[in-house]
Amino acid sequence: MSQREINLSINGKTYAAAVEPRLSLLDFLRDHAGLTGTHVGCEHGVCGACSILFDGVPIRSCLMLAVQADGHAITTVEGLCNEDGAPGPLQDAFQEAHGLQCGYCTPGMLISAQALLAGNSDPSIAEIKDAIGGNLCRCTGYVQIIEAIQLAASRLREAGQ
Amino acid sequence: MEAEARPKIIGARVQRVEDPRLLAGRGAFIDDVNLPGTLHVAFCRSDHAHARIVDIDSAEASRMPGVTAIFTAADIEGKMHPIRATSRMADYFATELPVLARDKVRYVGESVVAVVAANRYLAEDAAERVAITYEPLGHAIDPVAAAEAGSPLLHEEAGTNVIVTRTFARGDVDEVLASAPVRIGDTFRMHRKTPAAMENRGYLAEYDQGRRALTLHSTTQIPGIVRDALVEMLDLPGNRLRVVAPDVGGGFGGKGALYPEEILVCIIARQLGRPVKWLSDRLEDLMTTNQAFDEIVEAELACDEEGRILGLRAEVIGDVGAYSIYPWTAAIEPVQVVSFLPGPYRVPVYRGRVRAVATSKTPTGAYRGVGRPISTFVMERLIDMAAAKLSLDPLEMRRRNMVRAEEFPYKSASGIVWDRAGFMECLDGVATAADYKALRQIQTEARAAGRWVGIGLASYAELTGLGSRIAVAPGMPVNTGTESARIRVDSTGAVTAYFGIASQGQGLETTLAQVIAEELGVRLEDVEVIQGDSAVVAHGTGTYASRSAVLAGGAAILSARAVREKVLEAASHLLEADVGDIDTGNGRIFVKGTDRALSFRELARAVYSEIGRLPREVREGMDLEATRMYDPYFGTTTPASHLAMVEIDPETYGVTITRYVVAEDCGRIINPLIADGQVQGGVAQGIGAALMEEVVHDDAGQILTASLMDYVVPTAMEIPAMEIIHLETERPDNIGGFRGMGEGGTIGAPAALANAISDALAPLGIMINELPATPERLFRLIEAATTRNERRATRVG
Repeated sequence: MSQREINLSINGKTYAAAVEPRLSLLDFLRDHAGLTGTHVGCEHGVCGACSILFDGVPIRSCLMLAVQADGHAITTVEGLCNEDGAPGPLQDAFQEAHGLQCGYCTPGMLISAQALLAGNSDPSIAEIKDAIGGNLCRCTGYVQIIEAIQLAASRLREAGQ
Repeated sequence: MEAEARPKIIGARVQRVEDPRLLAGRGAFIDDVNLPGTLHVAFCRSDHAHARIVDIDSAEASRMPGVTAIFTAADIEGKMHPIRATSRMADYFATELPVLARDKVRYVGESVVAVVAANRYLAEDAAERVAITYEPLGHAIDPVAAAEAGSPLLHEEAGTNVIVTRTFARGDVDEVLASAPVRIGDTFRMHRKTPAAMENRGYLAEYDQGRRALTLHSTTQIPGIVRDALVEMLDLPGNRLRVVAPDVGGGFGGKGALYPEEILVCIIARQLGRPVKWLSDRLEDLMTTNQAFDEIVEAELACDEEGRILGLRAEVIGDVGAYSIYPWTAAIEPVQVVSFLPGPYRVPVYRGRVRAVATSKTPTGAYRGVGRPISTFVMERLIDMAAAKLSLDPLEMRRRNMVRAEEFPYKSASGIVWDRAGFMECLDGVATAADYKALRQIQTEARAAGRWVGIGLASYAELTGLGSRIAVAPGMPVNTGTESARIRVDSTGAVTAYFGIASQGQGLETTLAQVIAEELGVRLEDVEVIQGDSAVVAHGTGTYASRSAVLAGGAAILSARAVREKVLEAASHLLEADVGDIDTGNGRIFVKGTDRALSFRELARAVYSEIGRLPREVREGMDLEATRMYDPYFGTTTPASHLAMVEIDPETYGVTITRYVVAEDCGRIINPLIADGQVQGGVAQGIGAALMEEVVHDDAGQILTASLMDYVVPTAMEIPAMEIIHLETERPDNIGGFRGMGEGGTIGAPAALANAISDALAPLGIMINELPATPERLFRLIEAATTRNERRATRVG
């Protein structure tokens, strides 16, 4: 199958690759860019495990083709870490509040939370539920995820003061 | 030095050691394990529920780009010994567990042909070109019809579709029912569920031709059981067959059995000499991962005028799907329905009969709670129905019948022995925490305003942490009653602990490290827990049945104590003190009341490296390592009570949970953060089972819920805040004092919600005896009741 050249930015780094037009953005991130933090959950856009930020907006990378990302900027869960690769503040809050169990949905959950907190540092519980309403988690029952996002928000507000 | 007193690590809200890698996107799930030269498998799966395979034409597929090989049942004939889930159980027929369907298919989704190609895209392209011709056979979809003589047979050699029959009985229940002052009953239905872990199943096999050794990376909960089974099937010794469970993205029982695909990737990898990977997609997961909770229960309860239970009778039909799964058999789910049905109550006379019926559907197996979500749903509904008939409050009805503190150990009507545990304390605990009386007042006011508001209680007891006496595998060729731990202090003083259990999110790397750190006297960060690898212990089965804290925790304690004895002995020479005067804590070894101390690193160096520091007769044969097995012999009793308050929207028929309270007795808590997470996650799955989740098949056995749009699991929007009360009434009789608690949430929630919705709709005369109570079911029940009530009013008028 013929290949197309794409250029895109992932977590601030520039990637150039030749890909098949049918390659999903999710498979590109995992198999070509080697960023396996973004997970495959359903490949039909329901579970949210493959969520990434696409020009700052949370989207499902399983529903997009790699060629459609040409010229765009992507953030994956790896991009939420500090420069030394250690977990960043949102990730720390998830650890402190036990906002994850198996960790499979977690990257997508973090992406949705990041997108929420970028525009709202004092979200209500309803706003948090709305933001993560498209991310399925089968382990936690969401209670501690919501607590983790509240904790991260409170830290964000403290830092902003 | 008092400052060096050993800190309490068990019971502390310790942050998990697993989290940094998982949060940074650096976990190693099966799909993240990449080996050079890996080939990928795509399956051609049956689109018939029951059909004869007439012809398979893979000629065109084999010429497709990137295709390496194509396998059918005929191609793997003779490359493995067939496997069946055998058992000494009477009245049980062990079906075979085919790796690829041979001669006929028995459910939609069964694997027929495996296409091996350079990547998954190419494998799927080629799989589409395989042509399979089927000749449809009669369907056996409805379990009631399938149980009857004359139904098409899934396994002709069994002569029937009823592959398990069992009865538990005490006394003459028919006589009790005939003379009972109060007699209530109904037919209860729980519809089929699927575990739906967020990570689909996946397997990667690599064959080392030099060593003639096979390694299977598997999303399994039971690496030890899979290893032992593959050794038998593939004629390899255990030291050349290793099963590794990497980070696993949830299991809930669905990854707790041996699967055809994991056998097949091993066969292909050995034949082709290349790594071979198969990852399920979501469609395959919803069609092929073992499903659960599919029972019809016809039950009757007899009481006296004061509401005291006199007897209980139940006839259960379990729809177990096409095959009896390995190693647990088709009995695992339905038999537990009848064994746990009497619940935490005094039921003097009982008869529970179960028939497990093979149907042309996905096999069923273990799903969180196994049998008990249904048994609890039925018993708790009967209790509420009896209370309503007697005009007793449901809380009072439970108090009158629950096994009391002075009655332990109590032998239940089905033969389960309940140990002392906080049965009544849990019931009182939820009532107090929720302020039950105040809730009833709120409900009365809401009802007066015409709102549908209800309160539901559910109490249950379960057996967890089972030892060899009552292991979960009665009559099966596996021992689930023991676990082992190997703990090693190496020559740098670092502590590594090896286990046969396998975590899928339970946080066992943390909780077991907590246990070891406290017992050995080191810091949490000094302990590395290695689990999910069949090669690290001689025997271990895995993580299922709420067993890992009790069994692996117990083994960890025994093993840590044995290592600590060696540490103290070496230290007594190095510190020139009596063993009895030496203690350990915080990674230090010290003489109590003095400043004489050593680090674990210094001690390890003296034992292993600095020859001469210990007398020869002490040093010879000394290591800082121990392996211990732990067998709790019996199991532990874990009770809980749940309370749910709900309101039903009269326009959408959606159920909103306005209050949810759990009181549970899990004994000594290792980590409160993790214990809370287990309860909340379990309740969320129970809410899904009660309100949303249902695997639907049409009359031809086609699965209609084959995406996550159609099989609906709870999102954050449906799950309420929860109040959790942990009680620790008395430590159970096991070394750690732990009770298993991983499944309880899922057991209590369906019953509590069925009772709450029934209570909300009681003015309409509606009873929720079928789950899930979806908006559509509620709409139909309410419409029918309204019509019925209007007719009655017209007649009266």
